Amino acid sequence: MYNHMVAHIPDDRQADRLLHALSDATRRDIVRRAMTGAHSVSSLAARYPMSYAAVQKHVAVLEEVGLVTKERRGRRRLVRTDIERVRAAARVLDRLEAVWRRRIERMDDLLAHQEASPPTRGEDPCP
Amino acid sequence: MPVIEILKDPSALSMTVVAELAAPLERSWQLLADPRQLERWWGPPSYPATVTEHDLTPGGHVVYYMTGPGGERPRGWWRVLAVDPPRSLEVEDGFADADGDPDPNMPVMTMRFTLEEAAGKTLLTSVTTFPSLEAMQHLLAMGMEDGIRAATGQIDGILGEAA
Repeated sequence: MYNHMVAHIPDDRQADRLLHALSDATRRDIVRRAMTGAHSVSSLAARYPMSYAAVQKHVAVLEEVGLVTKERRGRRRLVRTDIERVRAAARVLDRLEAVWRRRIERMDDLLAHQEASPPTRGEDPCP
Repeated sequence: MPVIEILKDPSALSMTVVAELAAPLERSWQLLADPRQLERWWGPPSYPATVTEHDLTPGGHVVYYMTGPGGERPRGWWRVLAVDPPRSLEVEDGFADADGDPDPNMPVMTMRFTLEEAAGKTLLTSVTTFPSLEAMQHLLAMGMEDGIRAATGQIDGILGEAA
C-alpha cells in the first residue's frame, strides 16, 4: 500500500523526489504524464493493462486529494497534475518526518535513561 | 538509530514511522500510558509538553499544552478512538484553543500506534493521516511560522550560553 519512499533520496530534482513519494505505480505514472500536459481518461486507460474503470478509480483518488484536476473539454475529461499541491503535500510530510525522527530519538533516550536528557536543539512543535 | 523506516505517501496524505525500541512491550507502552513519559517525548525540548488530562479509554481525552521559548502555550488534544493495551492506540490528534477545548478551525489528524514485541524489544509503528490537502497546507503555513519562532529561540539560547 505504501511506496517505499525512503527518507533521504540523494536527488536534488524535486519533481523526481515527489514522484518517488507517490505510493502506487499507476498513480505515479498518471501524475508524471499529466505534469507536462492534459490527458483524457481514455487515453490514460489505453496505457495500462487494466480496465477503464480501474484507471478512472486511480484518477479519482488523485483528484480527491487534489493532486490532479479534471476539466471538461467537449465530450472529454482532461486530467492535469497540480504540481504545487503535490509539492505542498510532500513538504508537510517532510516536516512531519523531522518531527517524528526527534520524537523517536526522545523515546529511545527515555527508555535508555530514566533520567531526563538535557534539551539540545530547537525544532518545530507539532501537535 | 532506532528508526527503521519512514514511508511518506502524499497521495494518501499519510506518513508511517516504524521504529525499534530497546525495551520490552509493557515498558514501551508506558511511553503512551504514563502522562509523565508522554510529555517527555511528544514535545521538542524547546517546546516541552505538559499533559493536564490523560484518559486512554475509548472516547477519553489527552489534553496538553506546550511551553514555547517566548512563553507562548500552544494547546492540543487527543481523543481516543480505539485502545488495546499494550498493543495499539488510535486517536484523533488536534489543536485546542486557550481554554483547552478543541479548536474547530484547525485540522484534526488521525494517529495509530501499534506495538509488537520482538525478542525483548518493541517494534513501534505510528501512522499519521491528514484529513485533506487543505489541512496539510494549513499546517504547513502554521508550522513554518512556529518553526521560525522555535529557531529564533534556539539562537537566543546559543548566544546566551556564549556570552
